[in-house]
Amino acid sequence: MTDITKQTLSELINNIKTKKISSEEVTKAFIDRSEKSKKLNTYITESFDRAIKKAKQFDQNPNFDLKLPGIPIAVKDLFCTKDVKTTAGSKILNNFIPTYESTVTQNIWNEGAILLGKLNCDEFAMGSSNETSYFGNVESPIDENLVPGGSSGGSASALAANLTPVTIGTDTGGSIRQPASFTGTVGLKPTYGSCSRYGIVAFASSLDQAGPMSQNVKDCAILNEVISSYDEKDSTSVDFKRGKYSVELSKNIKGKKIGIPKEYRVDGMPKEIEELWQKGINFAKDCGAEIIDISLPHTTYALPTYYIVAPAEASSNLARYDGVKYGFRSKGDNLIDMYEKTRSEGFGSEVQRRVMIGTYVLSSGYYDAYYLKAQKVRNLIKNDFDEAYKKVDAILTPSTPSSAFKIGEKKDDPVSMYLNDIFTVPVNLAGLPGISIPAGHDKKGYPLGLQIIGKAFDEQNILNIAYSMEEKINFKNKIADWWIK
Amino acid sequence: MTIDLKTIKHIAKLSRISVDDEKAKKLAGDLNSIFDFIEKLNELKTDQIKPLTSIAETSLKLRNDEIKSQNMREEIIKNSPEKNEDYFVVPKVIE
Amino acid sequence: MSKNKSEYLINRKDNQYEVVIGLEVHAQVTSDSKLFSTSSTKFGAEPNTQVSLVDAAFPGMLPVINEFCVKQAIKTGIGLNAKINKRSVFDRKNYFYADLPQGYQISQFKDPIVGEGKVILDMPEGQKEVGIERLHLEQDAGKSIHDIDPDNTLVDLNRSGVALMEIVSKPDLRSPDEVSAYIKKLRSIMRYLGTCDGNMQEGSLRADVNVSVRLKGSKDFGTRCEIKNVNSIKFMQSAIDYEANRQVDLIEEGKAIDQETRLFDTKKNETRSMRSKEDAHDYRYFPDPDLLPLEVSDEFIEKLKSDIPELPDDKKKRFINEFKLSPYEATILVSDIEIAKYFEQVVTKMGKNRDIKLAVNWITGELFALLNSKNLEISQSPISAKNLSILINLIKNGTISGKIAKTVFEHMIDGDQDPQKIVQEKGLKQQSDPKALEALIDKIINDNREKAIEYKNGKEKLFGFFVGQAMKASSGKANPQLINEILKKKL
Repeated sequence: MTDITKQTLSELINNIKTKKISSEEVTKAFIDRSEKSKKLNTYITESFDRAIKKAKQFDQNPNFDLKLPGIPIAVKDLFCTKDVKTTAGSKILNNFIPTYESTVTQNIWNEGAILLGKLNCDEFAMGSSNETSYFGNVESPIDENLVPGGSSGGSASALAANLTPVTIGTDTGGSIRQPASFTGTVGLKPTYGSCSRYGIVAFASSLDQAGPMSQNVKDCAILNEVISSYDEKDSTSVDFKRGKYSVELSKNIKGKKIGIPKEYRVDGMPKEIEELWQKGINFAKDCGAEIIDISLPHTTYALPTYYIVAPAEASSNLARYDGVKYGFRSKGDNLIDMYEKTRSEGFGSEVQRRVMIGTYVLSSGYYDAYYLKAQKVRNLIKNDFDEAYKKVDAILTPSTPSSAFKIGEKKDDPVSMYLNDIFTVPVNLAGLPGISIPAGHDKKGYPLGLQIIGKAFDEQNILNIAYSMEEKINFKNKIADWWIK
Repeated sequence: MTIDLKTIKHIAKLSRISVDDEKAKKLAGDLNSIFDFIEKLNELKTDQIKPLTSIAETSLKLRNDEIKSQNMREEIIKNSPEKNEDYFVVPKVIE
Repeated sequence: MSKNKSEYLINRKDNQYEVVIGLEVHAQVTSDSKLFSTSSTKFGAEPNTQVSLVDAAFPGMLPVINEFCVKQAIKTGIGLNAKINKRSVFDRKNYFYADLPQGYQISQFKDPIVGEGKVILDMPEGQKEVGIERLHLEQDAGKSIHDIDPDNTLVDLNRSGVALMEIVSKPDLRSPDEVSAYIKKLRSIMRYLGTCDGNMQEGSLRADVNVSVRLKGSKDFGTRCEIKNVNSIKFMQSAIDYEANRQVDLIEEGKAIDQETRLFDTKKNETRSMRSKEDAHDYRYFPDPDLLPLEVSDEFIEKLKSDIPELPDDKKKRFINEFKLSPYEATILVSDIEIAKYFEQVVTKMGKNRDIKLAVNWITGELFALLNSKNLEISQSPISAKNLSILINLIKNGTISGKIAKTVFEHMIDGDQDPQKIVQEKGLKQQSDPKALEALIDKIINDNREKAIEYKNGKEKLFGFFVGQAMKASSGKANPQLINEILKKKL
């Protein structure tokens, strides 16, 4: 049998169900490899002992009807996990132990999965390179000193390095799709309202969505089927009929109309991204899809809109971190002094920057000029997609305007960092599902991804397109285990 | 548009984040470059456009008036950095 | 001097000032669980025992709205003759405070659930209409306790997240008495509706009072001060009185009034500037992205309308028409739904030959005095409506006199006894046999011949003496009407 950690999720499920391997063997294999991979700094909290105990319990009393029978999974440290420290990558939560479980993680435990640990991420998911985490940078298994992307950087890195068979991230402006693209993995941001936000540390409530990250499209479908559920505890959860994504997965996309938005051909886009996109278009044609040129005229306004809406919501969502109920607290002479010291010592500089931006755009005299304006433009952006979807079934774009960059390269220039999300942010603003699949390499050998954007609640369709194209693309990640001595 | 140090300090106060002059200068620089980029929105006329308040394609669901949460004081206070058995504790407040 | 005696004016030298008052009343919605969480709203629990993860704002916790609270707000809106908004929006009001765990209060800012309405006040000089600006739903905060620990402030979050209705009046009130009448009227309406228990001691009803003054006759508004969180009508009246005079003094001294938030110090009976206002508030309201706009259908509203009971104004009209009460009597009887219920029960139980006037007198007289002395609500009355109605009928049909009735009433208090039984056991039945009374009176006249002669010679005052003697001789049981008739005949 091949190395356990190199097996796909569906292979592992199959092998456990047919008793070829035990949950304990699988769990130990991923733990062993994780132990050897500390240099990547993917874990904030390891839950290895508990995982082995749970795996043994599963093996003693297995239930093979479950969708994730005895499968160990590490998740982004933005999901609250009962009795396991949850930090959101922040000092302000560095000692916080939830007494409750997020709905999304509860869904995977209910289907037999076992928690391996909590994965590193940008602080409060604010970042595109995992460099804002209080717990240090994460390195990409692709190359030394390379960022894995962000904010689900620890998740992407752990997944690409085979430290977890699949993982769950969150995506507010591209935080699943961009790191997936940077690490040669698959990442899906579901439709807003598809996965419950209950128990997920909030960044920007109107944009946040949890989603699956995996080695391939089929695994992605399996995991999405488990985590997507209607939840009464989240008022923005949508009660729509969820498909059996993995069962209904099909490579037949003949006649599907795929739109190519001209506005995504941005100034200064590297030639290799341009070429990748063209390659993707050709593959889609080969699969039987019909390619149609479309226009999303307000694309260029998406990023400025996002950088008003997301910080505004964040400034309010992060007000609860005040040193009173949980987390870090600094001594202060009085209540206000305590708040100010706690928050300036407890939050990192990117979080402080965004809280400040958010406070400013909501403050008296600026609300109409910024926040209200952004909400209006958000409507225009959504309308662009609504118009486009009258003509097409899905939209194909690059996932990112460049491949992964070196740690430190963009750290001091927030705007150039923000530009990373130029292709992913419009999808969050419009609340649509989007999937990034690996589609090639740049000249340095770094992965590049393509993004397929679907209609709201049409995850099955973009999974099918991705599944069909995946076969044609036949991507192989080039990972040399350089970090294992 | 430029955001001056006074504004930065006011915003920091509202955000309950302490800033000294050096930090304020750094933040002013960052925020100004970010707002230069945000100002792009001014190109758009939006007088006739309705704001989008929620992207979720559903209506607000209402729950029944039922008590489901029982006394969980211990659980609630457990994570508090400074506490006694019954209360959360903060520095003395004078109204 | 003012034209009518209830006009409230402040005089300084040649200047006459009137006071302009607007109220923001915070009324706790009667509900079992909180507005956005499933913990209990019950008053008086041990600290922090009615706090859920949502109320304490744990990471990842989300609000889910309580339908009953929405219905309660709409019902209250209907009771205030107000426009119900089919679409309303919950906003976040952002500020930091120890008892505000989220760092924001979920409230309704631009689009409240209830729009403009009005309430009618019954003032001594006539009716007065007070405009309602709006009513919105919001979360209550927790409680900061400053006096347990000398070095720290302690926080109890039991109240955190309890549903409040903020009812904002127009600046239509002009005196402490009008404020009192307004609060009482609001409370009465909400009690009729069952939407707020109006219990001010428990903080279910409290108000921020906006006060400004201006020269009488002026159309412009003066600079206003907001007196925060006053929790009794008496305190509101004292606070307004103090604050209005303070403002007038400042104007007279040529000084400016700062627009500010003030506290009412109940011990010193004065208002003072709040020390903790050190930075100007900027609440940064924006729609709560964790919630969607609240949309209610016409059917939803109509259904609630059909469930609305008869409200005080309508009940008063009916009492005047149906029972021929005076407006004054009707106002008293409808002011509290429990009093109105009691009154109607008494009336119903009295049956066909009822004497409503007598019932009103007994309820507002003896019964109210009794309740007052024992500090009881009418719902706790030791005498049931049924037994009071029997007592009144006993008077009406001449079984006992009004005076004896008072004795019977005293006995009834002990265990809500049947007055008929008391009358029988104690032999208190009125003597209405004319022959027996004639014999009794003959004897009295005989025993007091001289006085009888004096009476006949014109000393009419002596009539009372004979009545008194007759009552005394009968131990108060003689029918006073008959005594009068017989005496007149015999003397």
